[in-house]
Amino acid sequence: MSQLGELIAGSRYDLHTGLSPDAPDESEFHDDGKGAFGYVHSYETSSRYDGPGLRIVLFVSGCLLRCTYCHNPDTWHLKDGTYVSAEQVINRLRAFVPALRSLDGGLTISGGEPMVQRDFTRRILAAAKGMGLHTAIETSGFLGDQADDKYLSQLDLVLLDIKSGDAETYRRATSRDLAPTLRFAERLAAMGKPVWVRFTLVPGLTDDPANVDALAHFVAPMKNVEWVEIQPFHQLGEFKWKAMNLEYRHADTSPPSPELINRVREQFRAAGCRAR
Amino acid sequence: MEGSAGLSKAAKDERSWRNFNPGPWRDSIDVRDFIVRNVTPYSGDEKFLVAPSQRTKAVWAKLQPYFKNEQKKGVLAVDAKTPSHLLAHKAGYIDRDNEVIVGLQTDEPFKRAIFPYGGLRMVENGLKAAGFDADPQVHEAFTKYRKSHNDGVFDAYTPEIMRCRKSGIITGLPDAYGRGRIIGDYRRVALYGVDRLIEAKQAERAQIDDMWPSDEIIRQREELSDQIRALKDLAAMGELYECDIRRPASDAHEAVQWTYLAYLGAIKEANGAAMSVGRISSFLDVYIERDLKEGALDEAGAQELWDQMVQKLRIVRFLRTPDYDALFSGDPYWATECVGGMDLDGQSLVTKSSYRMLHTLTNLGPAPEPNITVLWSKHLPEAFKRYCIDVSKRTSSLQYENDDLMRPFWGDDYGIACCVSAMKLGKQMQFFGARVNLAKCLLYAINGGRDEISGDQIAPAAPAITSDILDYDEVMEKFDRMMEWLARTYVHAMNCIHYMHDKYFYERLEMALHDRDILRTMAFGIAGLSVVADSLSAIKHAKVRVIRDDTGLAVDYVTEGPGANSVPQYGNNDDRVDSIAAHLVTTFMQKIRKHPTYRNATHTQSVLTITSNVVYGKATGNTPDGRRKGEPFGPGANPMHGRDSHGWLASCLSVAKLPYKDSQDGISYTVSVAPQKAHLSDDELIDGAVKAFDTYFEHGGFHMNLNVVDKETLQDAMKNPDKYPQLTIRVSGYAVNFVRLTPEQQQDVISRTFHGAI
Repeated sequence: MSQLGELIAGSRYDLHTGLSPDAPDESEFHDDGKGAFGYVHSYETSSRYDGPGLRIVLFVSGCLLRCTYCHNPDTWHLKDGTYVSAEQVINRLRAFVPALRSLDGGLTISGGEPMVQRDFTRRILAAAKGMGLHTAIETSGFLGDQADDKYLSQLDLVLLDIKSGDAETYRRATSRDLAPTLRFAERLAAMGKPVWVRFTLVPGLTDDPANVDALAHFVAPMKNVEWVEIQPFHQLGEFKWKAMNLEYRHADTSPPSPELINRVREQFRAAGCRAR
Repeated sequence: MEGSAGLSKAAKDERSWRNFNPGPWRDSIDVRDFIVRNVTPYSGDEKFLVAPSQRTKAVWAKLQPYFKNEQKKGVLAVDAKTPSHLLAHKAGYIDRDNEVIVGLQTDEPFKRAIFPYGGLRMVENGLKAAGFDADPQVHEAFTKYRKSHNDGVFDAYTPEIMRCRKSGIITGLPDAYGRGRIIGDYRRVALYGVDRLIEAKQAERAQIDDMWPSDEIIRQREELSDQIRALKDLAAMGELYECDIRRPASDAHEAVQWTYLAYLGAIKEANGAAMSVGRISSFLDVYIERDLKEGALDEAGAQELWDQMVQKLRIVRFLRTPDYDALFSGDPYWATECVGGMDLDGQSLVTKSSYRMLHTLTNLGPAPEPNITVLWSKHLPEAFKRYCIDVSKRTSSLQYENDDLMRPFWGDDYGIACCVSAMKLGKQMQFFGARVNLAKCLLYAINGGRDEISGDQIAPAAPAITSDILDYDEVMEKFDRMMEWLARTYVHAMNCIHYMHDKYFYERLEMALHDRDILRTMAFGIAGLSVVADSLSAIKHAKVRVIRDDTGLAVDYVTEGPGANSVPQYGNNDDRVDSIAAHLVTTFMQKIRKHPTYRNATHTQSVLTITSNVVYGKATGNTPDGRRKGEPFGPGANPMHGRDSHGWLASCLSVAKLPYKDSQDGISYTVSVAPQKAHLSDDELIDGAVKAFDTYFEHGGFHMNLNVVDKETLQDAMKNPDKYPQLTIRVSGYAVNFVRLTPEQQQDVISRTFHGAI
């Protein structure tokens, strides 16, 4: 078991590695059912990107996907985060509650993949709700099957990253199957849980019109999807890949042009999605 | 009297005051009463605003070559022969046919005047730096026949104060130039006319004729006599510009002109570091509303008055020295004007002229001066809040201060001197005192009073800390004693300065536009708050090892041990360190309060550095928080660059914890945000920003400089200054033209935390 540390400073673009070297492997990691402790990469307090109003974003570590364009490869492994108590996280959060409420904001847990540490994140989300905050997670949905209804009941919003509409492209981009994510999306639709679908537009990887159309038509009928957000690929994470000696396939990929972003947005809109 | 022959004084007042709601303001000098009885609050939006007039554009075009040349050459012209005073220069014009509001500091625009009463050395160094010759006659007069404020102060300074000045633990003291930070109530000239003000002063004088001539009474009598002479000279200066300001202003044009002439008089008489205008927009709006109703003025004419007055306020110039510019970069003069705020009955003081004042930033382009300050209240009209944010977004030229926090202290007719110093207009003044370097004080505590750079003994010798690892309790005990010494020395120096300033460089006109019996504050200040708070936090929450040179002087620090990577740092809404910062503010204030002040002034304190955070940093060695020798401090009350790593909300909640009751001279905080490029609409962004301001101020925040500009733009402006002549950016408490900063200061601004999108 890792030594208990302090929540550390940082934004999603700060490199943190190996803070808890003794952490278990995330693919074998099983929650203890209590979630009193967990691994946290960093947190920000002033995001306007990750949900309504002003968000505190808690980045937890541990992810099973290996997206080739990931801007946070230093959140893939639990050991890259600091081992902290849920209580410490909740106390930090508490200091911001009055301000977040007057800013119509709330808590968003991102990562990494929040559902890798299901019990830990559930405990924090429940505490946030208890303090009257709006709650959200940003997830790939890959572990959606493991999120029970009790978990989902702690959420006011799911930011669901569907990284591709085409299964083959999905596998190339993430190294995993698309099906669990689609299943999760359908389950959320069936229960009417508010969702913002996020699609990362990576030129040469996810920008194929057929790929976009497949996703657009999958999402379009879902009444619970409030927004489809196109997230343009950027290079702010490149330095992390280099620092971690990882092979980075997108060194030569440029951020999508405004024309490309526009084309994709229009594709979503044409299918009937509310896209931005 | 000229221009008003045949009319009795009462009849003149009646004509000037037609249709105003009566009240006590008619019987005694009481501008505040006039405003609250006559102001027309406006809660609509900005759609009524209009473009600049042809005349405004013509004057502005005439001024452009001056701005351009000045940027290339620096000081364009100086009258080195004529010490400045109200009647030192004949009337000067820019473009007489098109100038609606007239009056220049000298006889030509951009020609600077000299103020040797403050100190001859400052004048001569300034002239030399600007490439002009000093005048032998002025030199003779101020060495042989006339003593200056500067001479007086140095006669009274002690060797200890001189050492503190030299080491830089006390810096920026107004001992060689005008202290500024005094706001004449320039509106009085418009509302009452000079004659009436002279009568009031004569009455104030007569009241103390029977009083036993103690030092204070004799001084007051002399000052009142000087004030009356200044008012007479002001009237004569008005005549030079063909304005009969002896009588009250009778329409909006005269009211603006009279008010400006009174301000002009002040800047002819004093070269203070900060020469605020006060709070004129909503006052003058009363006259504008009356003219609009009478059909004597239209919106274009109303905006023209503001545009042309602001043009004048943008070309105020003083001769400064290079040292001075290093402290106060960008040639500022803080012609601070307040807009907004609420009155004591809960009515908004936002008028259409509040909008017109802000609109000058659109009509004339962004600019640092006048230093427009929005007095923010959560009760301000929503449309006005939104407009302010919109102007900030386009110009980065506004600062915001918390009216809901200040109103209980200062009422509803206060102005802001310089950046953040509130004072009741016409009823309060301050003795300005720059600031001490609290980080250096901590290092002196560790080193037994020796300077960490020179090794010289500056403070009285005390046992230095000799342990390898700093012990929190030992450091605190020694630091407390060192602060005790510093506070005493500081008050001592300030008493000397202001005694001499009153004696040799008294602001007779500005004080003539005050009541006789006023509240005087003595404004102390601290720099390096975030450095000290983080240093103490490191000592408390981790192990800080001392590195000493061969003379035993502590010159560097290494933080180690468990917790070294997670030392709580100020700026992250973390009480473990924020409470240290708040405690420091209170502690130093308490120590300052122990020592009596000149003229029984009330002690106040600011957490404000202007741009001197760079100079202070340069003069300060390595500090226990890991800051390197020479590295700039965080400006004002800001966290150190880059340490407030959790976003602006966390950062501003930390700053909001500093106690205003122990920092009544202001707490300055600067936030830079990049324009949001994501999917939010302008409307949503402005909405978010309005809520952010409400939240920050509701949490007790005092001040916010808001910059909306991205790093890339600033970097480009460093390389290509010609492309960005008007790029304005707010630093601690005021705005500057970015391209007028030194490269070092530009780099500092760029390295300041950018907090993403607000």
